[in-house]
Amino acid sequence: MTTAVTNKEIIKEKQLPKGKNLTTKDRLIKVDRKDAKLALAHMYVAFTALLVGGLAGLLQVFVRSGAFQLPFGIGYYQILTVHGVLLGLILTTYFIMGFQLAAVSRTAGALSNTQRKLGWIGFWLMTIGTVAAATMVLLNEASVLYTFYAPLQAHWIFYAGLALVVVGSWIEGLSQIMRYVQWRKENKGQTSPLLAFMAVVNNLMWFVASLGVAIEVLFQLLPWSLGLVERIDVLLSRTLFWYFGHALVYFWLLPAYMVWYVVIPKVIGGKLFSDALARLSFMLFLLFSIPVGVHHQLTEPGIDGFWKFLQVVLTFFVIVPSLMTAFSMFATFELRGRELGGKGVLGWFRQLPWKDSRFLVPFIGMVAFIPGGAGGIVNASYQMNQLIHNTIWVTGHFHLTIATAVVLTYFGAAFWLIPHLTGRTLTSRMNSLANTAGILWAVGMFIMSGAMHIAGLLGAPRRSEYSTYGGSEQAAEWISYQFAQAIGGTILFISILVIIGVVVNLLWFAPKGEEEFPVAEVAEGGGSTPAILENFKVWGVILVALILIAYTFPIFDILSNSPAGSTGFKLW
Amino acid sequence: MHIHKYEKWWLVFGTSTLIIFLIIIGVSAFHAGAHPNNSKWTIDYEKVDEIAPFDNPGVHKVEGKDWDYEVVLVASAFSYTPMEIEVPVGSKVRFVATTKDVIHGFEVAGTNINMMLEPGYVSELVTTVDKAGEFTIVCNEYCGIGHAMMYSTLKVVDADDNSSH
Amino acid sequence: MANHKKTSDDNLKGTLYATFGIGIIIIVIWALCFNLFIDRF
Repeated sequence: MTTAVTNKEIIKEKQLPKGKNLTTKDRLIKVDRKDAKLALAHMYVAFTALLVGGLAGLLQVFVRSGAFQLPFGIGYYQILTVHGVLLGLILTTYFIMGFQLAAVSRTAGALSNTQRKLGWIGFWLMTIGTVAAATMVLLNEASVLYTFYAPLQAHWIFYAGLALVVVGSWIEGLSQIMRYVQWRKENKGQTSPLLAFMAVVNNLMWFVASLGVAIEVLFQLLPWSLGLVERIDVLLSRTLFWYFGHALVYFWLLPAYMVWYVVIPKVIGGKLFSDALARLSFMLFLLFSIPVGVHHQLTEPGIDGFWKFLQVVLTFFVIVPSLMTAFSMFATFELRGRELGGKGVLGWFRQLPWKDSRFLVPFIGMVAFIPGGAGGIVNASYQMNQLIHNTIWVTGHFHLTIATAVVLTYFGAAFWLIPHLTGRTLTSRMNSLANTAGILWAVGMFIMSGAMHIAGLLGAPRRSEYSTYGGSEQAAEWISYQFAQAIGGTILFISILVIIGVVVNLLWFAPKGEEEFPVAEVAEGGGSTPAILENFKVWGVILVALILIAYTFPIFDILSNSPAGSTGFKLW
Repeated sequence: MHIHKYEKWWLVFGTSTLIIFLIIIGVSAFHAGAHPNNSKWTIDYEKVDEIAPFDNPGVHKVEGKDWDYEVVLVASAFSYTPMEIEVPVGSKVRFVATTKDVIHGFEVAGTNINMMLEPGYVSELVTTVDKAGEFTIVCNEYCGIGHAMMYSTLKVVDADDNSSH
Repeated sequence: MANHKKTSDDNLKGTLYATFGIGIIIIVIWALCFNLFIDRF
């Protein structure tokens, strides 16, 4: 990888021993100080959201065990909305924007003043939006969960707040893209820094995907909740939501893949397996993340079976870049493990740095992605969706994918990113606390998600308060699994507290020093990267074509076949 | 762009697996007719009680159709009408359901009967109930404060014994 | 590592087994669920 930055880069080839100060020879490429401030601002919000959202999750599993009732007239669905919004939307978006900004600044160079100003504008818009939406949730004016399906109608300020979060993220994404474009102009004909490229792909995917929810909010939910129009087309609003909603999960996942592809190889002392394949897999995600949303609507009326199945086929395509990623990860590990003397077919495995939280915590996430991905294939398998649709299996599924694979990778990245930004170091004591948190998470999630998967197959619904369903035998069976979920959830909350402890230490108390922002280099002889992989025009045209193929007819059909719209309901 | 030999093997293996999955579900859907609810039947959700067949919810034996029974069910916040459904084991049943207000779920726990009920649309599914037993019907889409109180029961009984199972 | 060449000669046997192991896990989970689907009405 030839970059403007790497020219200046003098980084020791082998892994730096933990806890030791670096000599001047090992000078690190640092994120620009002003950019670091902006990135850190995101971390404050992200980890506050983790604490509050995690607490909401703890209360939920307690309520569902049947042994606990919420005090002060707080509603179950109110805290469920808090949990979903804070962890699914706020923690993720803030971490992603902060991380991507730091990654772009680190690999493509410091942002210009204009670019950074845009970043701050975006940050504050998102924060105003978050506060507005949170206020409505706390006032019990918006207990509509984080998917806010019409015709349940929240206060208009809730929708406006979420719209601000999206618009803010667009502006931030734009500033990152501008920095990348600037780099390309200054380094004509060269392959761009991989992390910056990946951040740009994720931002582009996010722009195209969030158009769906933006249209839903601006043209449907806002006028309707303001009373400007009386009725809403429910199926259209859901279809726009899921056009956005499945790409949303890839928006969460791609930053984790950035860490897996580019950071983890450096952490373990190895090299990037293949720059070209990493870029190719990101481009495939760009193409196939969006025209697949209908697989969330497989049991709904009003959408034709043929078009549902077509999107199922496209959904299966988006699995392929994940298969590529799995190979790259293992290959990186094996090459490094063998270099360190690992023998035999699997001997290399023991050579990996298991005590390094920057590796171990994301690694636990990678393992969780295997059953998570397998379950996801079941979910998307057209008629098989009836087995699990809206059962708590689904909750179990995305607690393996987003709430383990993705967030443990985020946390593993935060353990070096935050001290890198604050000019402190991760001490060995904090490192082992971080490892403890990762292991606690694995144990807690195994219990909670496992119980959710089984109970879901037995029919237990998701998003439901404790209920015996009139003394039904089946429901009694579900409740025993809900106890297990409470145990797992408690362990998870303890893990969150440990993580918050480590983050607080890294923000304000850890010893001053220099923590590396690990960026792996391509192995020599790794092959050149074809220029087509950076030709966004070509991929953009294919993306638009796929979206048109997947969505034109279903949307036309929904519009031409639609019943009278729905008035708003406030049933909480 | 160089791809390692084993990666090629892996991608061929993985992609073929996915294609085989797609062929299995595709054949079972488009050849054997195992589709989820894809109904395009629309209705005025504010007048459900006046429109047939929802003016008479319950179990109806039918003649001369592809199915033996029609189960007509209405969901509203926060209950189902009827509260209990009884059909003989082995019979072919068409479930027809809709909502009078917000989105509800219609899930017969422990079976493949699982569909969304959306205002303005009628959902339907035809299946042969080949296992006797009592199955709890739950609302599996959040619909408001009483969401978890919303249930009904499907009793699949032996044909000769219409009293109770 | 610095002189590492990306060729098909790299010993990636472990990776081959690991990825195929993932594939088999996916097939088993999917098949079990498909079987459950077929079994239910």
